[in-house]
Amino acid sequence: MGERAAGAVEGIDTSVEAVFREERGRLLAALVHRFGDLDLAEDVTSEAIEAALQTWPVDGVPTRPGAWLLTTARRRAVDRLRRDQAYAARLAVLQAEADRADPAPPADGDGLPDERLALFFTCTHPALAADDRGALILRCLAGLTTPEVARAFLVPPATMAQRIVRAKKKIRAARIPFRVPGADELPGRLPGVLQVLYSIFTEGYAASSGPSLQRLDLAEEAIRLTRILGRLLPTEREVAGLLGLMLLVHARRDARTGPDGELVLLDDQDRGRWDRSMIEEGRGLVVAALTGGPPGPYGVQAAIAALHDEAADVATTDWPQIVALYDVLLGLVASPVVAVNRAVAVAMRDGPQAGLQLLDALAEDPRLRTHHPYPAARAELLRELGRRAEAAAAYREALELVGSAPERAYLQRMLRSVEP
Amino acid sequence: MAEYLLSVHHDYDTEFPSLEEMQPVFEAVDRFNQKVRDAGAWVFAGGLTPVQQATTVDNTGDTPIVSDGPYAESKEYLGGFWVIQAADLDEALQWAKEGSAACRGKVEVRPFQGE
Repeated sequence: MGERAAGAVEGIDTSVEAVFREERGRLLAALVHRFGDLDLAEDVTSEAIEAALQTWPVDGVPTRPGAWLLTTARRRAVDRLRRDQAYAARLAVLQAEADRADPAPPADGDGLPDERLALFFTCTHPALAADDRGALILRCLAGLTTPEVARAFLVPPATMAQRIVRAKKKIRAARIPFRVPGADELPGRLPGVLQVLYSIFTEGYAASSGPSLQRLDLAEEAIRLTRILGRLLPTEREVAGLLGLMLLVHARRDARTGPDGELVLLDDQDRGRWDRSMIEEGRGLVVAALTGGPPGPYGVQAAIAALHDEAADVATTDWPQIVALYDVLLGLVASPVVAVNRAVAVAMRDGPQAGLQLLDALAEDPRLRTHHPYPAARAELLRELGRRAEAAAAYREALELVGSAPERAYLQRMLRSVEP
Repeated sequence: MAEYLLSVHHDYDTEFPSLEEMQPVFEAVDRFNQKVRDAGAWVFAGGLTPVQQATTVDNTGDTPIVSDGPYAESKEYLGGFWVIQAADLDEALQWAKEGSAACRGKVEVRPFQGE
């Protein structure tokens, strides 16, 4: 192939890559809906994409790439089923039973129905092991390869491959259905989906280990998935709340790490480096999340993040309002982690002694034993009160629990500042 | 349609309630059973007599061994079960939620192997 032709192929490959990123999840969902089998759907999805990678650089990207991929994948699936009659018979039975009167899903640009909503719920079904849900979401809806998912969860690729196989086996053997929960079930199931998406985001925000504080691609993947969910469930205010929270937090990403990757606390961040348009979008979502009904936990957390993002600096942040929002949040989510965050806000409003009292009251809670922000918060307040020896002890506790290298380095610096 | 086992396990450590205390539970379970039957989901169900009345048979070796008591040394024992048919796990779980409330116990849901 000549130089010019090679360059042309490369150019088309990049646009093809971009199309696939978006299409993979949608294609998989459509095939799962049609055939009721995740393994079959994954295999023919890969085959269709491979076929596209071969023919599109030569023939050009089709005007309706989604339709092309779907037709190709369906042909491959039918071929496979013809070769395995027993399998086909079982699938036919499954399909007949699954033909419930589900509401028509929204159509995409190609005019094809978007079946991804069902997949969001299947991948986060409560019958699946908690660890497996995030992996499935990234594999099926974000279209990450198994090694990429392994990297996301900091496990070896073979371990992740086993985990995904196990999860798919459970789906198949227990017959976890591929459907959107009915209106009466949705309120019970949606928080599970949001929690999985949020856990992917928080891993991207503050990595649980490794050299970097942030893993921006993971955070951005979580945002992308939540946007898709928001389009599929436009009236669910907590989805808007979650997206708002993610955007308002992600807006600070450029200011959170220094030039050498070191951690920069909120107090010290150059707010000029915050993403203003993302903050604007986030604030709009907070309004959507908190209007027209009782507040949900993600909406409230987003409101807290908005108050931080709107302030010029720590001193002029509306701490009384933040404490009030934490009061609401604690009423919705009786979590010690929330109590810790509230105590920090109380310290900002009323002084370190008040905050420390609240933190000390949480000392017996076993759920905080592996939560490094707890001893870190105590250490900070003890340091402010001049109780250096106790602060040092608390910093040491936090160092035993902390994950990422930049957070470790920060805590070590603080420890040295209070040691004699 | 697939078949699922919904099994109820009891703790050895927990005192078995008196017959009077059990009466409302029996009634709740009866009502639940009727509901399962009416829906066409019923395959089979039953409560087991206390585990003290169990006998274990082991004929995996050269000669059969018959012994008093359940086969497993465990903290829990099987109290009873339902076998239901359901279109998918969500349906089976819905039955299990109602059954668990009726019999006031945890219910394990396991699919039978397909043909």
